Order: sequence, then structure tokens, then C-alpha cells
Amino acid sequence: MAETLDLSVFVKHQDDGTAHLDLAIEGIDCAACIDEIEGGLCRLNGIVDARLNYTTHRLAVQWQDGAIAPSAVIEELQRLGYRAHPYQSRLVEEDEARRSQWLLKCLAVAGFAAMNIMLLAVSVWSGNVTDITPETRDFFHWLAAFIALPAVAYAGQPFFRSAIGALKAGRTNMDVPITIGILLALAMSVVETINHAEHTYFDSVVMLLFFLLCGRYLDQAMRRRTRAVAGNLAALKAEVAHRIDETGEAVLVPTAALKPGDRVLVRPGERTAVDGIVIAGNSELDESLVTGETTRRVAIPGDVIYAGSMNYDGALTLEVTAAGKGTLLDEVELLLETAAAAKSRYVQLADKVARAYAPVVHLTAALTAIVWIASGASAHDAIITAVAVLIITCPCALALAVPVVQVVASGALFRSNVFLNSGDALERLASVDTIVFDKTGTLTLPEMRVVNADAIRPDLLEAASRLALSSHHPLAAAVARESKEHRPYEEVTEEPGQGVRALVHGVELRLGNPAFCGATELAAQPAGDDADISLIAFSCGHERAILRVRQTLRPDAVATVRALQDIGVDCRILSGDRPEAVAPIAAALGIREWRGGAKPADKIATIEALRTEGRKVLMVGDGLNDAPALASAEVSISPITAADITQAHADAVFVGDRLAPVLAAVTVARRACALMRQNLLIALVYNLIAVPLAFMGYVTPLIAALAMSGSSSLVTLNALRARKVSGKAMPEGSRPANSTSAAPALQGA
Amino acid sequence: MEVLIYLVPTALLLGLTGLGAFLWSLRNGQYDDVEGAALRVLRDDDISP
Repeated sequence: MAETLDLSVFVKHQDDGTAHLDLAIEGIDCAACIDEIEGGLCRLNGIVDARLNYTTHRLAVQWQDGAIAPSAVIEELQRLGYRAHPYQSRLVEEDEARRSQWLLKCLAVAGFAAMNIMLLAVSVWSGNVTDITPETRDFFHWLAAFIALPAVAYAGQPFFRSAIGALKAGRTNMDVPITIGILLALAMSVVETINHAEHTYFDSVVMLLFFLLCGRYLDQAMRRRTRAVAGNLAALKAEVAHRIDETGEAVLVPTAALKPGDRVLVRPGERTAVDGIVIAGNSELDESLVTGETTRRVAIPGDVIYAGSMNYDGALTLEVTAAGKGTLLDEVELLLETAAAAKSRYVQLADKVARAYAPVVHLTAALTAIVWIASGASAHDAIITAVAVLIITCPCALALAVPVVQVVASGALFRSNVFLNSGDALERLASVDTIVFDKTGTLTLPEMRVVNADAIRPDLLEAASRLALSSHHPLAAAVARESKEHRPYEEVTEEPGQGVRALVHGVELRLGNPAFCGATELAAQPAGDDADISLIAFSCGHERAILRVRQTLRPDAVATVRALQDIGVDCRILSGDRPEAVAPIAAALGIREWRGGAKPADKIATIEALRTEGRKVLMVGDGLNDAPALASAEVSISPITAADITQAHADAVFVGDRLAPVLAAVTVARRACALMRQNLLIALVYNLIAVPLAFMGYVTPLIAALAMSGSSSLVTLNALRARKVSGKAMPEGSRPANSTSAAPALQGA
Repeated sequence: MEVLIYLVPTALLLGLTGLGAFLWSLRNGQYDDVEGAALRVLRDDDISP
């Protein structure tokens, strides 16, 4: 980066005279990176501290305020070979971090109490069958009460708060029976201790709490990990713009620093980062990320331009109308609101079970008490048995059944380059029977590629691609991608609107439009067969070559779509592009149901129609025009190259050039969901055995402890089976030898 | 059984020490970068060449 980036919005000035900057770092792959980055930065003058978090790939830098410019830090990192992006920690993420710390503290307290009380309880159990004196037993029971009461008061808070919240709103959730069970069992145990009884349930209560907190913490940990990834991705995508200040000079600033009314310069080959109105300049725009349309639009002063448009020919000056997150068409925004409201109606599997479970448990306990009293037992015995039923049915395994699978499955998805945005997405992904793909940027690669590279002499192609490295034109970027050496020629001149030329060993090389290279006759021949192809001419002395550039399918798109069809998923295409452009893609993929020229409202209507047919729709799309459709579908996935707002509404994001992650997402989710059901079944079977025993009064604290830890372990072990999935998910022949993916840079974050 | 009078408090005290140590490590940020800590231990920049 030749220009300096103005980062002042991201810098925090602290009271002790130091400044602080958080950065998300790209390209960390080994332990040596820690030394290289921290050591390298600390050699700079004025740096007080640099600390890299290897888990989240974030770097915290502190320096003496004024001693060094923040951009110098980024430049130094660039020199070391790492790309750094200013990172603003978001409110949600901080909340999640605080909550997960709190849960961990509760877990520690519950663990401590469970261990110590179990120590006492085991002594009492073995003493009861040998020679314990009543005095010693009472002493142990009082001691257990002394530990359990404060521990439950502290560690039970997550459940108590959630239960009170649910009751206030007039609902019940899983936490209501948990809270009632815990409180009743505690109260009963205290009464029993006062009455010098043989059995108390202090150990069951704290152990129950410990297992339940494990489930809660895992759930939280997964959500936090997803948020951290989402935060990094947002920072990696953070775009920059040239702001024109009062003196007319262009300063490079992050888009987050732009305000409506600012003037921004958009040069050829740049993607606009903001919505704005053209105030000067003429150009052609590629708005495929916005509308899905691949033909270019002419922009003249007075036109409105949306963020995400690619500027092709001339420099444009824009007046910013919206910056950062608010960049959106009004129409899309309106559609989004209604669509998102429809989605929030989805009820998670665990909640569904909880709603049915709580009343059943309470009825059974009440029934137990009534039956025992009716059969002539004392009120004391009846209540003790009823409480035993409540404890044994406390949804311990039930509370672990879903979160453990979610954690394991999302780990498996991480390895397949899929990042979940929401935990319940797994359940919705599993139910999918129809996938609607967008075309541009989703089935096809987001960038252009040279299609006839094989037909051109290798040395000509290499020369052309090295020359293309010096051009800003987006079509040239496609040619540059063919380059093996990545060394641009020296002294290349760019002629705006024409092409680039350079003199190499006395031979003139030219790359640009056919007229510029004197190849108009050659260009005229193959132009007829496909409307989508753009032509670039190359001349080297007397030799001429025509490079044909177009958007190509993702390398494994055909195999992936076939594999999806094989597992019984109906694949369709719904594109905003012209039907003539969609037809060949649909034919190549073997997709019969397709539609082109769809506006955002049409996309929603199509998806709504599919949903009323009773289908569960997965929408895969990247454009701004897809955002409402993504929100209205049952579940949605978008590639990492998608527009910001689109990504925010997708349930999952995938990285890399291949389409296989979509297949992996569906297969992993299906397996995970099957395991969740299995786990719930295990919990149910356990209850079917344990409840009658408790009903008859056979359950002692020892049996309760064994049953609880047994079923919890079983459920956890079963969940681990969700790990070995990804192997089968890949269709044969879709794995390229050099399957380099973007994921390692983000994994573990 | 008199032995219990000092054995039980000792056991509790040990447990509480463990709990206290965990809460301290949590507050001290020991779990913020678990993977990094595993790698940092291998650095030998503290040994003068």
C-alpha cells in the first residue's frame, strides 16, 4: 500500500498517555508467527506492548501516544508478510464473553461443591450399611447443607434468572422444571437433616447443577466461537475508500470513518464501499453483486450508486449518502424486515421438547404424591417420593443432548470451511429438501477467469498475464490470475480506456481492447457464440492472441450439485441475471428448474411459493438482491465474498472457491440432527426406566447419582460421533490436489 | 472419630484453595488464548545466546 491509511477512528487513547489498537491478522499459520509479529513490532520506536492472541488471531498493540502513526504498525506487519485489519470489538461479542466467564465461574463453584459433597455422601452411603453413628451422619449432612446452600444460591443463578424471565413472560422453558426440582430437593434435604433422616439429596442437587452448567457452557462456547469468527470476517472484509478532504486531496480511510456528505473518489477497478450519488465523472459499472445482472451499466453525474458495484472505466467522484452498515436499497430493506420477522417464528427442537416435558414432569410428581397418600402412606413419605421423581426426571441428559451435538457438529463444519452464524441453523439445515442457488458469485466464481487459456501458447499467456499485473482494469485481473511468476514488467504505461503496453527486450507488448492491439479481425471471428464473454486482445510484436474472459462455474459445482441431487435434494437456480445467461449454467449443472431476471421481490415470492408447497428451502446467494430471499428462506448460506448485508442475514458462511461446503453443511447437519434425536431418545428411555422406580419409592440418592451421571455420559459420548462426517460429504473427483483453502487463516478463531 | 474434627476442615480448605486458584486464573485471563499459551512455552527467547 503506497498511500497511508488514516486509522484514527480505531485508535483508543488511554489515560496513561498510550494509544491502543486492535487488529485482526490474516496469514497466521504457525507458532513462529507469534515471535515474528510481536518481536517485529516491538523493534519499532514507541511501541509499548504488542500481544497476539493466537486463538482468535487478534493483535493488541499499545504505543506512546504520538510517537508513531497507527498506519506504521500496519505497514510493518505488511512488510513481515501479514495483512492486518483494524478491528472494532462489537457489543454482542463482549456480552457473550462476559456471560461465558460468568458461566465458567458458576461451573467452578458447582464442581467444587459437587466434589466435596460427594465425598461426604459416599461416606454416609458406606456408613449406612456398616457402622456409622447417627451423630456422625448428622454432622456430615449438616456439613453438606452448609456447602450446598451457598453453592446452589450462586451457581444456580443462570437457571433461576432464565426461569423467572420465562414465567414473567407467561411461558415455560427447560429452566422452570430445573429450578423447581432444585429448590424442592434442597428444601426437603434440609428438613430431612433436621429430622435426623438417613438420606438427603444434597449430592444429587449439586451434581445435577454441575452437569446442567456443562451443557450451558458448551452452548455458550459455541456461540462465542461463531461470533469471534464473524467478527474477524467482518474486519477482514473491512473496506477502504479515498475520501477527498477540504484541500481536494484524496486520503485513504476505512469506510467506517465515512459520514454522509463526504466526497469519495472511486478509481477504475475499485469496488465502491458506500452508497452515493455521482457528482463527477463517467464510467461503466458492474453491479452483479447488487442486482445479479452481469451486463454493465453506464454511470453519469446524478446517478445513484450502491455499495458493492465494481467501477470499470473512469474515475468517479461520489457524494456519500450512506456508509458502513446502512448501505442498502430501500426496497431491499423493506423486504428484509418482513422476511426476518417470519423467520423468528422457528422453534428449536430443544424448546419444543421442553414445552412438552415440563408439564408432564410436574404432573407425574403430583400424581406420585396423591397415589402414595391415597394408598395410606404418610404425607412425609409421599412428599419425599414425589421429590425423588422430580430429581430423577430433571432434564439432565436432555439439557446436554442438543448443545453437545451442536458443538461437535460445528467443529466438523469448521473443518469443511463452513462457519455457522446461529446455533439453531443446524436443525434447519437438516430439514432442507430444496436448495435455491443464486447464479452470479454463488454457482460461478465471484471473479472473472480466462476460459480459453489452454488454446493459447503458454509463453504468450505468461507474457500477457505478467503485463496484466500492472493494470487496474477488472478484466485484466482475470488475465493476471493466470500468471505463474507474479512479477510485473517494469515501465508499463496504462492508457485509460485502451489497455496497457510495455517494451520488453525491444519488443512491444500490448494488452487491451482488440483495436488497441490491432487484432480486430481476429476478435471478430469467435465473438458470435456467447454473449457473456468479454474479449481481451494481446499483441507481442507481430503475434496476436485473443483471450476470452467470463465468469466460470466453481470448479466442483457440477459434482456438488449432482451429489446433492443424489441425496434427494431438489436443486434450483433463481437469478437476477438475464435468462440467456442463466440457461447455459443450468444446462451444465443438469438443473431443470431455473429462472432468470428475478427481482428481489420475485425471489421472495418464489421462495414463499415453495414454502407453501411444504418444502424446506435452503437459499444460497451472495448479492445484495439476494438478502431478502436469504432471510425469507428456511435457512441460508452465502459465500464469504458476499455483500456485507447479505452475509449478516445468512445462517452460515462458506470460504474458498469450491461449492462442496454447501454439501458438507447439509450432510453434517443431517447427521447432527439425527444424533440430537437419538440423544433425546436416550434421555427418554432413561426416564421411562427411572420414573417408575422413583414412583415406587426405590430411588435412593445413590441410584439417582448413578442414573444421572450414566445418562449424561452416554449422551455426550454419542454426540462425539458427529465428528467423523466430512469424509463422506465430499463428492469424488471434486478434491483438487492443491486444495488450498482460506480456512486455516480463520480456523480456531 | 475425633480425627474428623481436623480432617474435614482440611479437606474443605484444600477444595477452597483449588476453587480460589481457578477463579484467580480466570480473572487473570489465563484462558483467553489457550492455543497461544501452548506455543509460547516453546519459545527460548529468554535464553541469552
